Amino acid sequence: MENEILAMRNIVKIYPNGVVANKDANLSVKEGEIHALVGENGAGKSTLMKILFGIEQPTEGGIFLHGKEIHLKSPLDAIDHGLGMVHQHFMLVESMTVAENIVLGAEPTKGLSLDKKKIIKDAEAIIKQYNFSVNPMERVRDLPIGTRQKVEILKALFKGAKILILDEPTAVLTPQETEELFVELNGLKKQGHTIIFISHKLNEVKELCDRITILRNGTTVGTYNVSDVSQNEISNLMVGKNIEWEITKQPAKSGEVLLEGSALTVVDEAKRTLLDNVSFCVHAGTILGVVGVEGNGQSELVDSITGMRKPDAGSIYLCGKDITKTSIKGIRSAGMAHIPQDRMERGAAVESSIQDNLFATFTDDPRLTNGPVLKTKEIEKWSADLVKKFTIKAASPAIQVKMLSGGNIQKVIVARELSSNSSVIIADQPTRGIDVGAAKLVHEQLIKMRTEGKAILLISADLAEVMDISDSLVVMYGGRFVAYFPDARKVTENELGQFMLGLKKQSAEEIARCME
Amino acid sequence: MKLKLKKLSFDAKFDIIRFLVAIAIAVLLSFVIILLVSEDPLLALRKLYLGPLESFRRFGNVIELAITLSFAGISVAVMFSANQFNMGTEGSFYASAGLAAMVALSWDMPPVISPIVSILMGGMLGAIICYIPALLKEKFGASELVSSLMLNYVFYYLAKYFSYREAFKDPTCGYPATYLLPDNAKLAQFIPGTRIHTGIFVLILVLIAICFFMYKTRWGYALIQTGRNAQFAKFAGINTAVVVAYSQLIGGFVGGMGGAVEVLGMYDRFQWQSLPGYGFDGIVVSILAKNKPQYVPLAAFFLAYLRIGADKMATSTDVTSEMISIIQGVIIMLVAAQAFLAGKRQKMLVKEIRKNG
Repeated sequence: MENEILAMRNIVKIYPNGVVANKDANLSVKEGEIHALVGENGAGKSTLMKILFGIEQPTEGGIFLHGKEIHLKSPLDAIDHGLGMVHQHFMLVESMTVAENIVLGAEPTKGLSLDKKKIIKDAEAIIKQYNFSVNPMERVRDLPIGTRQKVEILKALFKGAKILILDEPTAVLTPQETEELFVELNGLKKQGHTIIFISHKLNEVKELCDRITILRNGTTVGTYNVSDVSQNEISNLMVGKNIEWEITKQPAKSGEVLLEGSALTVVDEAKRTLLDNVSFCVHAGTILGVVGVEGNGQSELVDSITGMRKPDAGSIYLCGKDITKTSIKGIRSAGMAHIPQDRMERGAAVESSIQDNLFATFTDDPRLTNGPVLKTKEIEKWSADLVKKFTIKAASPAIQVKMLSGGNIQKVIVARELSSNSSVIIADQPTRGIDVGAAKLVHEQLIKMRTEGKAILLISADLAEVMDISDSLVVMYGGRFVAYFPDARKVTENELGQFMLGLKKQSAEEIARCME
Repeated sequence: MKLKLKKLSFDAKFDIIRFLVAIAIAVLLSFVIILLVSEDPLLALRKLYLGPLESFRRFGNVIELAITLSFAGISVAVMFSANQFNMGTEGSFYASAGLAAMVALSWDMPPVISPIVSILMGGMLGAIICYIPALLKEKFGASELVSSLMLNYVFYYLAKYFSYREAFKDPTCGYPATYLLPDNAKLAQFIPGTRIHTGIFVLILVLIAICFFMYKTRWGYALIQTGRNAQFAKFAGINTAVVVAYSQLIGGFVGGMGGAVEVLGMYDRFQWQSLPGYGFDGIVVSILAKNKPQYVPLAAFFLAYLRIGADKMATSTDVTSEMISIIQGVIIMLVAAQAFLAGKRQKMLVKEIRKNG
């Protein structure tokens, strides 16, 4: 390809714990462009960039710089080849000055000691060259986040980076800081630098980038000119829902209230209100969908309902019983199932077998236990049945979960949670990052549960999914409910988007309808 | 056999390979070292590897030591299975041995009853000793590794102080030691020509009980899952704080029993002047057994065999018994080192994943 500066070809990365992070991932970057790398959480963006920066070694595949294959054994190799990386979590020494941080690792010396004057001179020179507004004499700990990020970028530039990798740089910035960053990045581009911009904020990608590479399930879906694809198309490619599934569901037969949250509030250690006075009801036989951009209070909502974190104020009722202070075990036996967002950390013990993972919430089940003693034969048979019923692709239930693909791990979790006969199901991003087949099974199962008269709370970043499956919708923004739609079929994605971005807000009375 | 291998998890399969390679390397290394240092290398090697088989008494020594190491290994395996790096078995062994001797000397009890009471009391003290680090971690976030190491000394000196007080100390002895233990209290040595004692039956009972507990009860299930992924265990409704507490109590109990069994089976009186080191050997055994209690006796036998062989070599040739520390160190390092054979493992793993689609 013309003026291709960097290419990663057919990258495969299998971690020692068996997780396949990348499979046939490709990336081709032109000189002097800003290239976006997008994908959902767990799509393999970070791993791909860790490989590019020499932090991880690829299992297969190669990296080509100016058409020549290079082998990066460590980040130092990568820096020598003119690569620079700005991590999401900054790698700065807070007690040192900006100038000292910029030259760190390549300090000018005078004899055995540091050349303090030259450190400042060098730092000033590079700040001036790229026209950044930073004071080299200030200590990093006194700086706001946006400025710290500039120091990170300068640090990479000082070491001679021609290609800059920015890992979700705007995740921590205010809108004003983001604007400033974009001006600076465009400035760098004019001076001939190439930038790889990792993000999942598609509006920013649209605004800033020239081309875009989309990853899904660790594999490259494609590379496009940003001007040729709409945000909607990008998000479809990320999620992989170009295959339209047909969801056939009967009209809801709404019953009594099974789950009720009242004035739930969560405050973090820094006194920020993450969940602000949220109230809602979920009826038997219905699915309430929660949509919103990630980090707007959804995790806190789920955690306080499921008992993973006690809310600072408010109460939760399960089938009319106050469970606000109940233990997780108590909540589960009162009839709540929970498909968690994080499958590897929370949803499964990846070192354990499928059978052990399925059994985790059934330790009191009289079919499988005799007092405290396990009925090993019954458990084996029962788990083999579940493996079959949920079409988990594995040679036997004795296989360790870490040997399975993401979709099959999710099936194990769903099999466990949905076979527990709970009356309320909390499904948090139940299909994120899994293949279409597995996603379809999850959807069918959720619909089946709804038909059986369970109350379901579905949290998802995938708009198509929530809109198709839910009966009613709430939108979260800034830790609050900002909209309620009693009929999910009567909303458009556009309309939802406006609420999700905080551009619009319904009146308190309209939102309060979700308490009915 | 082929069918059985297929049933093993990938990690188990790889662990077997790694273990065998580690032993091979260690044995090879011992050859090299002995060739370099010994005047008569063939004799030294024969004594090291065949010495324990030379006489019935020697082989008895291996079994005696394996009993002790098994208690320590099971104790550590239970605690480590909960992902708690508690080193308290060492202190438990010493203090419980002292307590068992004091109990035996204080109360006049009929045979059979006496050792049972002493062993159970020792077990309880061991449980308390190993529970304290877990408690400190739960309440104050103190690292169990550090606190248990330090507590070992606390209990060592406490036990030493109490056992060698006037009430128990035998003034006719030239060194600090208790009075002779009454015959009723001792575990009988029942195989003539060896010192193998009835403690071996206690061990078999403990092993069966612990395996049943770990693999056949919901408590053991909760313990294993908590050790593998505490977040997952919590999520599934397991009270991980309780699990950690009982895992340390049980592990400590077995360690304490081990100390009591050792003093009642192998000694005429309690006379340890320093920490015996069995607790730390227990860690070695547990690592070799991959924290699985059912493999502990095998690992303990392996280590005991090497130790006795080394003793034999040291007494009859010019190679000292420290030699065995090198072999032991190499095996432990290679078995525990994640990176050893990592390339081979990665290749096997990639193949396995491809196979499973």
